[in-house]
Amino acid sequence: MTLLSLQNVSRVHGHGATAVTALDAVTLSVEPGELVAVMGPSGSGKSTLLNLAGGLDAPTSGTVSVDGVNLGELSTRAVAALRRRSIGYVFQDLNLLPALTAAENVSLPRELDGVGLRAAKAEALATLERFGLADVADRFPDDLSGGQQQRVAIARAFIGARRLLLADEPTGALDTTTGESVLRLMREQCEGGAAAVLVTHESRHAAWADRVVFLRDGRVVDEAVNEPRTPNGDAMVSGGRP
Amino acid sequence: MSVKLGLLALLDEQPMYGYQLHTTFKERTGGTWPLNIGQIYTTLSRLERDGLVDAAGDDGDGHQIYALTDAGRVELQRWFATPVARADRPRDELAIKLSLALSVAGVDVREVVQAQRTATLRDLQDLTRQKFHAGEDDLAWLLALDSLIFQAEAEVRWLDSCEERLLNNQAFKNGVRR
Ligand SMILES: Nc1ncnc2c1ncn2[C@@H]1O[C@H](COP(=O)(O)OP(=O)(O)OP(=O)(O)O)[C@@H](O)[C@H]1O
Ligand SMILES: [Mg+2]
Repeated sequence: MTLLSLQNVSRVHGHGATAVTALDAVTLSVEPGELVAVMGPSGSGKSTLLNLAGGLDAPTSGTVSVDGVNLGELSTRAVAALRRRSIGYVFQDLNLLPALTAAENVSLPRELDGVGLRAAKAEALATLERFGLADVADRFPDDLSGGQQQRVAIARAFIGARRLLLADEPTGALDTTTGESVLRLMREQCEGGAAAVLVTHESRHAAWADRVVFLRDGRVVDEAVNEPRTPNGDAMVSGGRP
Repeated sequence: MSVKLGLLALLDEQPMYGYQLHTTFKERTGGTWPLNIGQIYTTLSRLERDGLVDAAGDDGDGHQIYALTDAGRVELQRWFATPVARADRPRDELAIKLSLALSVAGVDVREVVQAQRTATLRDLQDLTRQKFHAGEDDLAWLLALDSLIFQAEAEVRWLDSCEERLLNNQAFKNGVRR
């Protein structure tokens, strides 16, 4: 079943003469296994789209469904529960809790899921390990580098069996290799049946996606679809790997 | 760069015969530079004429083996010691196309930019998929892929900046062409 579906979604901020149309009749669906990247100039509506998809904001018109459930028909509390259960979110400004250590930041969503403290902690450490952060598990966000904070925020979104990953510029402060390893993990998570939407201004990162959606002035203006050009999926500029 | 220097670099590792060079060349460049076997043989005979390689007997199966000479080794070192000049590359059709699009009536430059961006991203997606499937130890191949990936990325960044420049330009916004 389609994991994320936006049908004719618009979001207008303000009223009358000062109204800003941040998103304008966008339709988009993301299937399990798919990684979709969203690109577009600053102010084109990328974060708005992601916030709507994550139930953090409600559309002015149109419908947003996650796992077949129309978010517009749920109570605020039910949206929050669905978000906690199924959605991993990496915010553009990270939103790490400064009073919690890296490990506690990552285990928090699992504790909220009702997983016991000890089990949640163990899961958090395993996830931090995957992101090369095992040795900073007990540090507070303020004592981490920008890139480390970013990876902690991503680890927090990846923990548990979250099926929809929404990430707003998750690779901004990461060097080339670390950025690539994050994309690789996202890709693998999708191969395992999750779906992900990645907002990025770096084409090198967007290229890890099955589809790249281009936004301009709140509208989808184009899409690059990564379809294998040969049956084995390994088409090459000229002839493929010999 | 030339096929000539490519072959010299491969022969620096070990003497090889034509077909072997052909296969190894394909492997190292990851198929990004298609060459036919005929080009290999013509190049080899020119290199021999110029004293950069020597015919070094056959391999027992009738294949003519070639080896690097001292002069060939010097030529190879010189190549690695000299940076690649951007000016030696062919003219950039895309840059010329965009400049011309500004002045041709009925052409929306933003559409030209977007169409190119989508096409380049498609290439990037292809390259990235190959990187995803490449073995971690296949270093030569990974370096070749990264080079193509960063070049494509640079093109997209340049397109992004073209678009910004257009959007921030009052004359362009007012529909003035020049
Ligand atoms: N709360 C708000 N009130 C009024 N306008 C808003 C509000 N939030 C966003 N906007 C406007 O909506 C448009 C889209 O904003 P959005 O944050 O989605 O852009 P973006 O593509 O994420 O940009 P960036 O790349 O800079 O993060 C912008 O013009 C922005 O100014
Ligand atoms: Mg944003």
